[in-house]
Amino acid sequence: MDVEAARYLGAGLASIALIGAGVGIGIIFGNYLSGALRNPGAAQGQFTNLLVGFALCEFTGLLGVVMAFIILFT
Amino acid sequence: MASPMEQFEVTPIVPLHLGNLDISFTNASLWMCIVAGATALFLTMGASSRRLVPTRMQSIAEISYVFIADMIRSAAGIEGLKFFPFVFTLFMFVLFSNLIGLFPLIHPFTVTSHIIVTFALAIFVFLMVIVVGLARHGLHFFSIFAPKVPFVMLIVLIPIEIVSFLSRPISLSVRLFANMLAGHTMLYVFGTFVIGLATAGGVLSLISVMPLLAIIAVAALEFLIAFLQAYVFAILTCIYLNDALHLHEHH
Repeated sequence: MDVEAARYLGAGLASIALIGAGVGIGIIFGNYLSGALRNPGAAQGQFTNLLVGFALCEFTGLLGVVMAFIILFT
Repeated sequence: MASPMEQFEVTPIVPLHLGNLDISFTNASLWMCIVAGATALFLTMGASSRRLVPTRMQSIAEISYVFIADMIRSAAGIEGLKFFPFVFTLFMFVLFSNLIGLFPLIHPFTVTSHIIVTFALAIFVFLMVIVVGLARHGLHFFSIFAPKVPFVMLIVLIPIEIVSFLSRPISLSVRLFANMLAGHTMLYVFGTFVIGLATAGGVLSLISVMPLLAIIAVAALEFLIAFLQAYVFAILTCIYLNDALHLHEHH
Protein backbone atom coordinates (compact mmCIF):
# COMPACT_ATOMS: atom_id res chain seq x y z
CA MET A 1 0.00 0.00 0.00
CA ASP A 2 1.08 3.53 -0.67
CA VAL A 3 2.51 5.22 2.43
CA GLU A 4 0.42 8.34 1.86
CA ALA A 5 -2.77 6.27 1.60
CA ALA A 6 -1.91 4.33 4.73
CA ARG A 7 -1.32 7.60 6.54
CA TYR A 8 -4.78 8.92 5.69
CA LEU A 9 -6.36 5.60 6.69
CA GLY A 10 -4.52 5.72 9.99
CA ALA A 11 -5.68 9.26 10.69
CA GLY A 12 -9.25 8.21 9.94
CA LEU A 13 -8.96 5.21 12.24
CA ALA A 14 -7.56 7.41 15.02
CA SER A 15 -10.73 9.51 14.81
CA ILE A 16 -12.75 6.50 16.00
CA ALA A 17 -11.70 7.57 19.50
CA LEU A 18 -14.32 10.32 19.20
CA ILE A 19 -17.13 7.74 19.35
CA GLY A 20 -16.14 6.85 22.88
CA ALA A 21 -15.81 10.48 23.90
CA GLY A 22 -19.25 11.26 22.48
CA VAL A 23 -20.89 8.36 24.31
CA GLY A 24 -19.07 9.26 27.53
CA ILE A 25 -20.01 12.95 27.46
CA GLY A 26 -23.61 11.97 26.72
CA ILE A 27 -23.69 9.63 29.70
CA ILE A 28 -22.19 12.26 32.01
CA PHE A 29 -24.60 15.04 31.08
CA GLY A 30 -27.58 12.68 30.84
CA ASN A 31 -26.99 11.25 34.28
CA TYR A 32 -26.38 14.71 35.73
CA LEU A 33 -29.65 15.92 34.27
CA SER A 34 -31.66 12.95 35.53
CA GLY A 35 -30.09 13.35 38.96
CA ALA A 36 -30.72 17.09 38.93
CA LEU A 37 -34.38 16.61 38.05
CA ARG A 38 -34.85 14.18 40.92
CA ASN A 39 -33.12 16.40 43.43
CA PRO A 40 -32.74 19.96 42.12
CA GLY A 41 -31.46 21.16 45.49
CA ALA A 42 -28.30 19.08 45.26
CA ALA A 43 -27.67 19.86 41.59
CA GLN A 44 -25.69 23.08 42.12
CA GLY A 45 -23.24 21.40 44.46
CA GLN A 46 -22.34 18.76 41.91
CA PHE A 47 -21.74 21.16 39.03
CA THR A 48 -17.98 21.13 39.60
CA ASN A 49 -17.90 17.34 39.51
CA LEU A 50 -19.91 17.46 36.31
CA LEU A 51 -17.39 19.71 34.60
CA VAL A 52 -14.43 17.72 35.85
CA GLY A 53 -16.00 14.50 34.60
CA PHE A 54 -16.72 16.17 31.29
CA ALA A 55 -13.12 17.38 31.02
CA LEU A 56 -11.62 13.98 31.82
CA CYS A 57 -13.94 12.26 29.38
CA GLU A 58 -13.32 14.75 26.61
CA PHE A 59 -9.60 14.30 27.01
CA THR A 60 -9.73 10.65 25.93
CA GLY A 61 -11.40 11.64 22.68
CA LEU A 62 -8.99 14.50 22.11
CA LEU A 63 -6.06 12.12 22.42
CA GLY A 64 -7.42 10.42 19.32
CA VAL A 65 -7.59 13.74 17.48
CA VAL A 66 -4.04 14.59 18.48
CA MET A 67 -2.96 11.16 17.26
CA ALA A 68 -4.62 11.85 13.92
CA PHE A 69 -2.84 15.23 13.67
CA ILE A 70 0.50 13.63 14.47
CA ILE A 71 -0.05 10.99 11.80
CA LEU A 72 -1.10 13.57 9.21
CA PHE A 73 1.41 16.34 9.82
CA THR A 74 4.68 14.71 10.83
CA MET B 1 -6.36 26.08 -1.20
CA ALA B 2 -4.13 26.60 1.84
CA SER B 3 -3.97 23.88 4.46
CA PRO B 4 -6.25 24.33 7.50
CA MET B 5 -3.09 24.17 9.60
CA GLU B 6 -1.64 27.30 8.03
CA GLN B 7 -3.34 29.54 10.60
CA PHE B 8 -1.21 27.99 13.37
CA GLU B 9 2.12 28.72 11.72
CA VAL B 10 4.64 30.65 13.77
CA THR B 11 6.40 33.24 11.63
CA PRO B 12 9.17 35.55 12.85
CA ILE B 13 8.47 39.28 12.80
CA VAL B 14 11.83 40.46 14.15
CA PRO B 15 14.44 37.74 13.48
CA LEU B 16 16.89 37.39 16.38
CA HIS B 17 19.58 34.80 16.90
CA LEU B 18 21.59 34.03 19.99
CA GLY B 19 24.28 31.58 18.95
CA ASN B 20 22.40 28.58 17.65
CA LEU B 21 19.22 29.58 19.44
CA ASP B 22 16.42 31.16 17.47
CA ILE B 23 14.88 33.76 19.79
CA SER B 24 13.02 35.71 17.11
CA PHE B 25 10.09 37.90 18.07
CA THR B 26 7.32 35.94 16.35
CA ASN B 27 3.63 36.48 15.79
CA ALA B 28 3.10 34.13 18.76
CA SER B 29 5.13 36.45 21.01
CA LEU B 30 3.28 39.46 19.65
CA TRP B 31 -0.14 37.99 20.39
CA MET B 32 0.94 36.81 23.81
CA CYS B 33 1.95 40.40 24.59
CA ILE B 34 -1.40 41.60 23.28
CA VAL B 35 -3.25 39.09 25.46
CA ALA B 36 -1.30 40.07 28.57
CA GLY B 37 -1.80 43.77 27.77
CA ALA B 38 -5.52 43.35 27.15
CA THR B 39 -5.97 41.46 30.43
CA ALA B 40 -4.05 44.06 32.39
CA LEU B 41 -5.91 46.93 30.70
CA PHE B 42 -9.31 45.30 31.28
CA LEU B 43 -8.70 44.69 34.98
CA THR B 44 -7.04 48.05 35.63
CA MET B 45 -9.88 49.89 33.97
CA GLY B 46 -12.39 47.73 35.82
CA ALA B 47 -10.79 48.33 39.19
CA SER B 48 -9.95 52.00 38.76
CA SER B 49 -13.44 53.54 38.98
CA ARG B 50 -14.50 51.89 42.30
CA ARG B 51 -17.99 53.24 42.25
CA LEU B 52 -20.73 52.08 44.60
CA VAL B 53 -22.97 51.52 41.59
CA PRO B 54 -20.51 49.84 39.23
CA THR B 55 -20.04 50.68 35.59
CA ARG B 56 -20.25 47.83 33.10
CA MET B 57 -16.49 47.40 33.04
CA GLN B 58 -16.21 47.40 36.83
CA SER B 59 -19.12 44.99 37.07
CA ILE B 60 -17.48 42.43 34.77
CA ALA B 61 -14.16 42.73 36.61
CA GLU B 62 -15.93 42.23 39.96
CA ILE B 63 -17.94 39.28 38.67
CA SER B 64 -14.82 37.52 37.41
CA TYR B 65 -13.08 38.17 40.74
CA VAL B 66 -15.97 36.78 42.80
CA PHE B 67 -16.43 33.88 40.39
CA ILE B 68 -12.85 32.67 40.80
CA ALA B 69 -12.80 33.34 44.55
CA ASP B 70 -15.97 31.23 45.00
CA MET B 71 -14.52 28.49 42.82
CA ILE B 72 -11.32 28.28 44.88
CA ARG B 73 -13.27 28.33 48.14
CA SER B 74 -15.51 25.46 47.08
CA ALA B 75 -12.73 23.36 45.49
CA ALA B 76 -9.73 23.97 47.77
CA GLY B 77 -11.21 25.42 50.96
CA ILE B 78 -10.33 28.67 52.73
CA GLU B 79 -6.61 27.88 52.69
CA GLY B 80 -6.73 27.71 48.91
CA LEU B 81 -7.47 31.44 48.81
CA LYS B 82 -3.76 32.09 49.36
CA PHE B 83 -3.34 30.97 45.77
CA PHE B 84 -6.03 33.28 44.44
CA PRO B 85 -3.63 35.57 42.50
CA PHE B 86 -2.05 32.58 40.77
CA VAL B 87 -5.31 30.90 39.79
CA PHE B 88 -6.89 34.19 38.76
CA THR B 89 -3.92 35.06 36.54
CA LEU B 90 -4.01 31.63 34.92
CA PHE B 91 -7.75 31.85 34.32
CA MET B 92 -7.65 35.37 32.86
CA PHE B 93 -4.67 34.60 30.62
CA VAL B 94 -6.20 31.42 29.22
CA LEU B 95 -9.64 33.01 28.85
CA PHE B 96 -8.32 36.10 27.08
CA SER B 97 -6.06 34.20 24.71
CA ASN B 98 -8.95 31.88 23.83
CA LEU B 99 -11.33 34.78 23.27
CA ILE B 100 -8.91 37.04 21.40
CA GLY B 101 -8.07 34.09 19.15
CA LEU B 102 -11.72 34.01 18.07
CA PHE B 103 -11.78 37.62 16.82
CA PRO B 104 -12.69 37.81 13.15
CA LEU B 105 -11.02 40.04 10.51
CA ILE B 106 -7.78 40.88 12.33
CA HIS B 107 -6.35 37.32 11.85
CA PRO B 108 -5.39 36.76 15.44
CA PHE B 109 -3.03 34.06 16.57
CA THR B 110 -4.46 31.80 19.27
CA VAL B 111 -1.66 31.50 21.78
CA THR B 112 -3.23 28.52 23.54
CA SER B 113 -3.46 26.51 20.30
CA HIS B 114 0.23 25.65 20.71
CA ILE B 115 1.08 22.78 23.01
CA ILE B 116 4.31 24.37 24.17
CA VAL B 117 2.39 27.31 25.66
CA THR B 118 -0.23 25.18 27.42
CA PHE B 119 2.40 22.68 28.53
CA ALA B 120 4.49 25.45 30.07
CA LEU B 121 1.41 26.57 32.06
CA ALA B 122 0.56 22.99 33.05
CA ILE B 123 4.06 22.00 34.14
CA PHE B 124 4.21 25.15 36.28
CA VAL B 125 0.97 24.11 38.00
CA PHE B 126 2.30 20.56 38.44
CA LEU B 127 5.61 21.67 39.97
CA MET B 128 3.88 24.18 42.21
CA VAL B 129 1.54 21.50 43.55
CA ILE B 130 4.53 19.32 44.44
CA VAL B 131 6.38 22.22 46.09
CA VAL B 132 3.30 23.26 48.08
CA GLY B 133 2.65 19.67 49.14
CA LEU B 134 6.24 19.06 50.24
CA ALA B 135 6.48 22.39 52.05
CA ARG B 136 3.25 21.73 53.94
CA HIS B 137 3.42 18.03 54.74
CA GLY B 138 7.10 17.16 54.28
CA LEU B 139 7.65 13.55 53.25
CA HIS B 140 4.15 12.73 54.44
CA PHE B 141 3.06 14.30 51.14
CA PHE B 142 3.82 11.00 49.39
CA SER B 143 0.86 9.40 51.17
CA ILE B 144 -1.10 11.12 48.37
CA PHE B 145 -0.30 7.96 46.39
CA ALA B 146 -1.81 5.66 49.01
CA PRO B 147 -5.57 6.00 49.47
CA LYS B 148 -7.16 4.65 52.66
CA VAL B 149 -7.96 1.12 51.47
CA PRO B 150 -7.08 -2.43 52.63
CA PHE B 151 -3.41 -3.23 52.28
CA VAL B 152 -3.79 -5.76 49.46
CA MET B 153 -5.48 -3.15 47.29
CA LEU B 154 -2.53 -0.80 47.70
CA ILE B 155 -0.34 -3.04 45.54
CA VAL B 156 -2.63 -2.32 42.62
CA LEU B 157 -3.60 1.23 43.52
CA ILE B 158 -0.22 2.84 44.18
CA PRO B 159 1.10 2.38 40.60
CA ILE B 160 -2.22 3.64 39.23
CA GLU B 161 -2.12 6.69 41.49
CA ILE B 162 1.47 7.45 40.49
CA VAL B 163 0.69 7.19 36.78
CA SER B 164 -2.43 9.34 37.15
CA PHE B 165 -0.45 11.92 39.13
CA LEU B 166 2.32 12.06 36.52
CA SER B 167 -0.13 12.33 33.63
CA ARG B 168 -1.70 15.48 35.12
CA PRO B 169 0.42 18.05 33.22
CA ILE B 170 -0.07 16.12 29.97
CA SER B 171 -3.84 15.89 30.31
CA LEU B 172 -4.10 19.51 31.47
CA SER B 173 -2.10 20.86 28.53
CA VAL B 174 -3.33 18.55 25.77
CA ARG B 175 -6.97 19.24 26.66
CA LEU B 176 -6.65 22.98 26.20
CA PHE B 177 -4.39 22.76 23.15
CA ALA B 178 -6.46 20.13 21.33
CA ASN B 179 -9.71 21.97 21.99
CA MET B 180 -8.37 25.20 20.53
CA LEU B 181 -6.70 23.43 17.60
CA ALA B 182 -9.78 21.37 16.75
CA GLY B 183 -12.12 24.36 17.08
CA HIS B 184 -10.13 26.64 14.80
CA THR B 185 -9.54 23.88 12.26
CA MET B 186 -13.27 23.16 12.20
CA LEU B 187 -14.09 26.84 11.59
CA TYR B 188 -11.57 26.92 8.75
CA VAL B 189 -12.91 23.74 7.13
CA PHE B 190 -16.48 25.06 7.23
CA GLY B 191 -15.18 28.31 5.76
CA THR B 192 -13.68 26.47 2.78
CA PHE B 193 -17.09 24.78 2.25
CA VAL B 194 -18.76 28.19 1.95
CA ILE B 195 -16.19 29.56 -0.51
CA GLY B 196 -16.08 26.35 -2.55
CA LEU B 197 -19.86 26.16 -2.90
CA ALA B 198 -20.41 29.88 -3.49
CA THR B 199 -17.90 30.00 -6.33
CA ALA B 200 -19.26 26.79 -7.89
CA GLY B 201 -22.25 28.73 -9.29
CA GLY B 202 -25.86 27.68 -9.94
CA VAL B 203 -27.80 25.79 -7.27
CA LEU B 204 -24.61 25.12 -5.34
CA SER B 205 -24.23 28.84 -4.59
CA LEU B 206 -27.62 28.77 -2.88
CA ILE B 207 -26.63 25.72 -0.83
CA SER B 208 -23.57 27.64 0.45
CA VAL B 209 -25.91 29.35 2.95
CA MET B 210 -26.09 26.11 4.91
CA PRO B 211 -22.41 25.85 5.88
CA LEU B 212 -22.52 29.60 6.58
CA LEU B 213 -25.28 29.03 9.15
CA ALA B 214 -23.26 26.13 10.52
CA ILE B 215 -20.26 28.46 10.96
CA ILE B 216 -22.37 30.84 13.05
CA ALA B 217 -23.47 27.97 15.28
CA VAL B 218 -19.94 26.61 15.55
CA ALA B 219 -18.56 30.06 16.36
CA ALA B 220 -21.10 30.40 19.18
CA LEU B 221 -20.06 26.97 20.44
CA GLU B 222 -16.42 28.04 20.26
CA PHE B 223 -17.10 31.00 22.55
CA LEU B 224 -18.68 28.60 25.04
CA ILE B 225 -15.70 26.26 24.76
CA ALA B 226 -13.25 29.15 25.12
CA PHE B 227 -14.81 29.99 28.47
CA LEU B 228 -15.34 26.39 29.54
CA GLN B 229 -11.73 25.37 28.87
CA ALA B 230 -10.39 28.34 30.84
CA TYR B 231 -12.76 27.38 33.67
CA VAL B 232 -11.76 23.70 33.54
CA PHE B 233 -8.08 24.66 33.55
CA ALA B 234 -8.58 26.85 36.62
CA ILE B 235 -10.76 24.37 38.51
CA LEU B 236 -8.41 21.46 37.88
CA THR B 237 -5.59 23.63 39.22
CA CYS B 238 -7.70 24.18 42.35
CA ILE B 239 -8.43 20.47 42.70
CA TYR B 240 -4.74 19.61 42.40
CA LEU B 241 -3.94 22.30 44.96
CA ASN B 242 -6.59 20.85 47.24
CA ASP B 243 -4.92 17.44 46.98
CA ALA B 244 -1.60 18.97 47.96
CA LEU B 245 -3.06 21.03 50.80
CA HIS B 246 -5.35 18.45 52.38
CA LEU B 247 -4.05 15.12 51.02
CA HIS B 248 -6.97 12.72 51.32
CA GLU B 249 -9.23 14.34 53.89
CA HIS B 250 -12.07 16.47 52.66
CA HIS B 251 -12.03 20.07 53.77
